[in-house]
Amino acid sequence: MKKFLALLVAASMGFAMCACAAESSNEGGLIKVGIINNDPNESGYRTANDADMKAMFTEENGYDASFFYSLKNEEQIAAAQQFVQDEVDYLLISAAGTSGWDSVLTDAQNAGIQVILFDRTIDADASLYAASIVSDMAQEGETAVSWLASQNLAEYNVIHIQGVMGSSAQIGRSGALDEMVAANDNWNLVTQQTAEWNAETAQQIVQAVIDSGESFNVVYAENDDMARGAVAALDAANISHGVGGDVIIMSFDCNQWALEELLAGNWNYDGQCNPFQASYINDIIQGLEAGNAPAEQVVVMVEQGFSADTITQADVDSFGI
Amino acid sequence: MAQNGNQKKGGSFLEKLVALTRKQFFIPIAALTILVLFNLIMDPSFFAITLGTNSNGDPVLSGYLITILNNASELVILAIGMTLVTSASGGQDISVGSAIAIAGSVMLRILVGGPVNPGKIILAFLVACVVAMIFGAFNGVLVAYFKIQPMVATLILFTAGRSIAAWINNNELPIISEPLFGYFGNFIPGVALPTPVFIAIICVIIIMLVLKFTTLGLYTQAVGINPSSSRLNGIDPAKVKLITYIILGLCVAIAGFIKVSRFSTINYSVIAKDIEMDAILAVALGGNSLGGGKFNMASSIMGAYIIQFLTTTLFKFNVVSTALPAYKAVVVIVLVVLSAPVVREKLDSFWKKLSTKKSVKEAA
Amino acid sequence: MENNVLLQLNGICKYFPGVRALQNVDFTLRSGEIHALMGENGAGKSTLIKVLTGVYTKDGGNVRIEGNEATIKSPQDAQNVGISTVYQEIALCPNLTVAENMFIGRGKGKFTDWKMMNARTTELLTSLDIPATATQQLGSCSIAVQQMVAIARAVDMECKVLILDEPTSSLDESEVAKLFKLMRDLKAKGVGIIFVTHFLDQVYEVCDRITVLRDGKLVGEYVIQDLPRVQLVSKMLGKEFDEMSDIKTVDPEAKDIKVGTPVIECTGLQSDAGIKPFDFKIWKGEVNGFTGLLGSGRSECVRSIFGADRVIAGEVKIDGKPVKIKKPLDAMKAGIGYLPEDRKLDGIVADLSVKDNIILAYQVMKGWGHPISKTKAEEIAQKYIKLLDIKTASSETPIGQLSGGNQQKCILARWLLTDPKYLILDEPTRGIDIGTKVEIQKLALKLAKEEGKSVTFISSELDEMIRTCSRLVVMRDRKVVGELNESELTQSKIMETIAGGEG
Repeated sequence: MKKFLALLVAASMGFAMCACAAESSNEGGLIKVGIINNDPNESGYRTANDADMKAMFTEENGYDASFFYSLKNEEQIAAAQQFVQDEVDYLLISAAGTSGWDSVLTDAQNAGIQVILFDRTIDADASLYAASIVSDMAQEGETAVSWLASQNLAEYNVIHIQGVMGSSAQIGRSGALDEMVAANDNWNLVTQQTAEWNAETAQQIVQAVIDSGESFNVVYAENDDMARGAVAALDAANISHGVGGDVIIMSFDCNQWALEELLAGNWNYDGQCNPFQASYINDIIQGLEAGNAPAEQVVVMVEQGFSADTITQADVDSFGI
Repeated sequence: MAQNGNQKKGGSFLEKLVALTRKQFFIPIAALTILVLFNLIMDPSFFAITLGTNSNGDPVLSGYLITILNNASELVILAIGMTLVTSASGGQDISVGSAIAIAGSVMLRILVGGPVNPGKIILAFLVACVVAMIFGAFNGVLVAYFKIQPMVATLILFTAGRSIAAWINNNELPIISEPLFGYFGNFIPGVALPTPVFIAIICVIIIMLVLKFTTLGLYTQAVGINPSSSRLNGIDPAKVKLITYIILGLCVAIAGFIKVSRFSTINYSVIAKDIEMDAILAVALGGNSLGGGKFNMASSIMGAYIIQFLTTTLFKFNVVSTALPAYKAVVVIVLVVLSAPVVREKLDSFWKKLSTKKSVKEAA
Repeated sequence: MENNVLLQLNGICKYFPGVRALQNVDFTLRSGEIHALMGENGAGKSTLIKVLTGVYTKDGGNVRIEGNEATIKSPQDAQNVGISTVYQEIALCPNLTVAENMFIGRGKGKFTDWKMMNARTTELLTSLDIPATATQQLGSCSIAVQQMVAIARAVDMECKVLILDEPTSSLDESEVAKLFKLMRDLKAKGVGIIFVTHFLDQVYEVCDRITVLRDGKLVGEYVIQDLPRVQLVSKMLGKEFDEMSDIKTVDPEAKDIKVGTPVIECTGLQSDAGIKPFDFKIWKGEVNGFTGLLGSGRSECVRSIFGADRVIAGEVKIDGKPVKIKKPLDAMKAGIGYLPEDRKLDGIVADLSVKDNIILAYQVMKGWGHPISKTKAEEIAQKYIKLLDIKTASSETPIGQLSGGNQQKCILARWLLTDPKYLILDEPTRGIDIGTKVEIQKLALKLAKEEGKSVTFISSELDEMIRTCSRLVVMRDRKVVGELNESELTQSKIMETIAGGEG
């Protein structure tokens, strides 16, 4: 059913793009981009990312953009093929999977189409794309853990709530903490469980620790939803958290509401996973149009961590997703 | 499952034991006993309940048992509807998780923006009920009138439901900041038991009353056992099936209400994820045949609590939560194999041999 | 021994737990012969065919094909010795082409030669004059053509013996004619055909010989010209035609019954189950019946009165007032009760208790919001368990665990509880013990006499019908062909009417 719908969408998009192509060649001046992204329903991060792309690639900004969404790699590749046939100028891809892209990217290269990867990397020869804009998840984790270390607690008893195991975000964000725990005697993991990005599972994990009576002073949740679930369990057990509380709450993704929790002092730390890649891509495209190759092929976005001590309303407004 | 009311009295202990294993209540009670014993041996503090206060200074009860009662609520409510659907249509609705996403999304759509007051919450809940019942009816019509296998018919909504849920709120993730809305998934100030526990109990009482004061139970069972004969007794089998799916829709709306109230928000892709499997498992754990026909509502409800008991136990012992489904799968396999007619026959003849051997020995 | 004998069965026995399904049955099929295998329910026809096709393994006797002893232990064995079967429900794949169906499951090699398959199929279809093409999807052909394709497939497998099990039951007349032509063609080619059917006319139209079975025993083999229809019917029913002496004593009071407005009056009633339109009347206090051979349409008639099949024409009056009966509930509310023919499939709700089974129809009439209380239901159940002497451990025992007779009594109780003015009992005595049979007959008579109910009683056993009914509607080949009143109710007269034709 979903596949069928996707095909239908792809087909109708094909028609729409044909129509666009005819138009744009008349009008001239617009840069044609085909954007392949993951389903915006997937997460708040993705929703923000999609909104950011949509806001950037508009006719006012000189773009004629077509969007395709799927969480399935093969559907994305098929759509890329279609975009190549439609002779877009740029192909922007946030790949669902890492493999299988070589042939379509070769086709794109032969057709003179520039490929820019965003958010996700792929296993393909670097010559096949112009640039890749990525978040460094490991860096996110290190920033967060070093912030935690700077709190100078006598003992770190951490509840570690992981995302979907094997996802790049989970691997990056878990890595730094695991290293720290292994290296220091006063860092312990009370429990390390995956809640698969799910608030409810996170709540149950924390609830189980509370019910067992084990003591802990840090909740390290790998996204905001799970942190929310963890905090709900703490609230029900009257365990204080946040600034001046017994338990430090750490999270990632910087949802607007999460940053507001930070501002209110309920949480302590939120690490950014920057979804705003459109401006980076725009810079690269404009550069290419002007004949300048991007300075670096892999662009790592600036990502910061926010702490409850320093966050301001302005941060919430500009960095909340 | 047939209850053996006519077992010979005064048989040997073994015979009595065999008779007991054929009672429907046996499976859930046995499962519960195993879990309770396991926890008692491993850590008796599992059963401790303490009265404390939450961060608002209101009294709350806490402890593993409370956690179980609390977290099982949605499952209990779904198990009610799933039992009826299973009985009447001989199949299961696998779209309940997706439908919860839809019901929750509808509720938040109404509540988001503007002040939240009790009237608005009631309105949001009622609209969600109507929407969920319409989706239930959609499934029901496919099953009852188009005679599509329940799993296949509900696969449609299973696949599309979460996208529909996201679409209802334009892909946004609304958050309701009004604390009142959170009462339904957490605590009402001054009440020490979590609200979902009460909601689940109310649902259980209502369904028990419905089963007592209407013919729903008789009709669903009759239709599930023998639709042809039911028709010749004046029952409209298609209508009865449709009604069970609509009732499940209502259960979905209530469960969805608790779910979104727990965190005052929704995540379309993970809310109530895999809950359909737990709901089906609850029905099976209750000793009800997944092939439809006779059912025992109390057993199903107990099945739902047992599943949460298992989940919480596994959490306590730090079993990786991704491994939970594997443990549940083992339970399902054991149940399904044990209730398969072939195995039952084998077991029966095995018991018989055992008891005759024993009686021969006794005679000698 | 004749020299053109194809298939010879000698002393075939088959036992099931508690049942002797076949006892010492002989059967002979010659080449170029269409041989009817006849018998009522439980006669052993289908068991014999299953033994012959390897579905069952025989417990005694031997099978000879063209004089050589054959061991048939599986359907594959049967095919190998040249026995092919075409069943009533077509066992082919409707979504494959005709050619694919012809060759499916027969390939000995690993490769499929499509060209050869299509060519061979076309050749075969032409030679047998079957209106279908090789590449056509089987499902797009009419049932008759599908039937013929199945036969062609059998022929192509070089079958010597072709068994046709009720092939005509879902065909219309012109389709039957086509099928018969094909059968005659095959016969001319020397194939021996065993033809199982319920339609007497068809037997006399196409067959050369008849073998009659009854109660698992061979009654005899007859050349068709030597066996008038009446004789055939009497042999199938097990009543000697000469047994005409048992004239029923006519009850003088009975004549008064057929006065005034009938309780039920049907005119031109027809359902989608394939019966021809029929008229029917029954008066207060009357017990009448539908009779005819199995498959003659007796059940379909009463089912249409009860609204169990979809009624497509005709009208029903109750006490002179026209009523619309679209579904069973309408009939129940109008005061009609129906004990169905197939107890297991349409009667009992096996896993439900005796109690729930008894109250079911009454409960449905009361409606959703008015459940019968537990105590009341128990009271009712106990009353009927006592009244009808139902042998059960308790009222909570699942009805499926009861014996057939006791199950039937529960269903009877179910309908007595609804207090109908018209009660239809369709084969209430089938498959139950003698004692219970008599009880049920008596009950039917008592209901009519003492409580003034009207009862329609259907049974395959003629003497039972004669004992209970004061009037019989006779059916043949899904048509009402006559009505016999009290004075005409003798076995010979009934059999004559059932047989019809030149008698």
